[in-house]
Amino acid sequence: MMEASLHKTLVNGKRKFQVQLELQAVQGELIALYGPSGAGKTTMLRLLAGLETADQGKMVLQGKTIFEAAQKIRLGLEERKTGMVFQETALFPNMTVQENLEFALRKGQNKAEIAPLLEIMDIGELKARRPENLSGGEKKRVDLARALVSRPDLLLLDEPFSALDPAMRSRMQDYLLRIQAEFNLITVLVSHDLGEIFRLARRVYEVKEGKIIRGGKPWDLFGKGEVSGKFRFTGIILQIESADLMQILTLMVGSQPVKVVITPSLGRPFQVGEEVMVVSKAFSPMVFRLDEKED
Amino acid sequence: MEWNPIILTFELAAVTSAILFLLALPLARWLAFGKGWLRPVVETLVAMPLVLPPTVLGFYLLLLFSPQFAFGRFLVEQLHLRFLFTFPGLVIGSLIYSLPFMVQPLQAGFSKIAPNLLDAARVMGKSPLTIFLRVILPNSRPALLTGLVLTFAHTIGEFGVVLMIGGNIAGETRVGSIAIYDQVELGNYGQANHYALVLFGITFSILLLVYLINGGYLKRLLK
Repeated sequence: MMEASLHKTLVNGKRKFQVQLELQAVQGELIALYGPSGAGKTTMLRLLAGLETADQGKMVLQGKTIFEAAQKIRLGLEERKTGMVFQETALFPNMTVQENLEFALRKGQNKAEIAPLLEIMDIGELKARRPENLSGGEKKRVDLARALVSRPDLLLLDEPFSALDPAMRSRMQDYLLRIQAEFNLITVLVSHDLGEIFRLARRVYEVKEGKIIRGGKPWDLFGKGEVSGKFRFTGIILQIESADLMQILTLMVGSQPVKVVITPSLGRPFQVGEEVMVVSKAFSPMVFRLDEKED
Repeated sequence: MEWNPIILTFELAAVTSAILFLLALPLARWLAFGKGWLRPVVETLVAMPLVLPPTVLGFYLLLLFSPQFAFGRFLVEQLHLRFLFTFPGLVIGSLIYSLPFMVQPLQAGFSKIAPNLLDAARVMGKSPLTIFLRVILPNSRPALLTGLVLTFAHTIGEFGVVLMIGGNIAGETRVGSIAIYDQVELGNYGQANHYALVLFGITFSILLLVYLINGGYLKRLLK
């Protein structure tokens, strides 16, 4: 169980920016923070990690108060068990994969605790390599494995997969789901990718100007819960073609481009790069078996 | 040709580089990561030897160490430390004279470390000392090499400070640059040329080696 109520005022020249984080999560839960760049999501994650100190508030993790401004309680980072993965890889270039993982061991931990992580993340064969000789996806797997070495109570992910291509991102999400099931973690994920949030998060909080403005299940927040569609998926608009009164949208769904024909609505027109959800209310859908080839 | 001035030159350069390396590590770390109004002041002081004529530095050290004044008298009478016209005095002068050549490359190297490496280590609960020794230092190797070699080479080129506080005592303070000056004064151009060629050859080789290593040429050559 985690309860966090953390407030911090950031001063940048004459501008003041208030970050107010109110968050609860239970064991095994993955919650996502979603919002535009500069909304304060990363600062929220850094407050949870203890990399930034809140001006006010309190944080309780697994029944232990790790921060309370009023009582001047502030546990050092060595006493918190937090794992963190950053957008850019944070592997130490001077150490091999194995050494990177060993460096993350806490006092009293045994080197043997690393072996199962190598196996779960399929990085056993990379043990002796240095980060410069790893691909982007391999680095991310090692990043994730290293964040788990201390058997953390809290896993913080700051847009961890945003620099990967869609196929690799999808694979990394599988790994994350596997970890989530295996370690029963509390995970807080910062993500711009609604597809990722729908796939991974049980709850999502929308962040705007330093505050959480709303939260709930992904479908309730972003899925237009009132629509009675049977099929829905999210994607990014790659291309918009106009043909007579119709428009053809090419969407990137997962790692596949999909074409969708729509009649343009009167509202704001779609633009390339926007993230959309497609809901199909077709009465007679066509169904193909995945192992049968289309003509 | 007497080899003694050349040997003395390299002794001075080696001792200066070693001591300055240890002094500069914490200083450069603070300049790279520290905060506060004091930082630009210290940064300026560190850079001063780059622009000051070495004779200015030598002049003030002369006043500082001279037994004619209170501090110098205290050093000589109470602590029995003689720095004027001695090798240890030259070392102190060189430490100040070469300070920016060690501190600035180290500071630049430390500043270049990606901040998320440091954040990652902090989240792991590592102490600032552990982070410095295991993350910052090993990932600044080119900067460490550059600082050491620039200091070494720059100390070899020292002249003004030595002349002011060291003088020209054979076996004690007569380094290569002074020996050249001395021989020219005496009209022995041939001797002066010998010293000059040796210094040129050695410093050229040292600098070339550094550029080869830091530019990755050597690694490619050995592959």
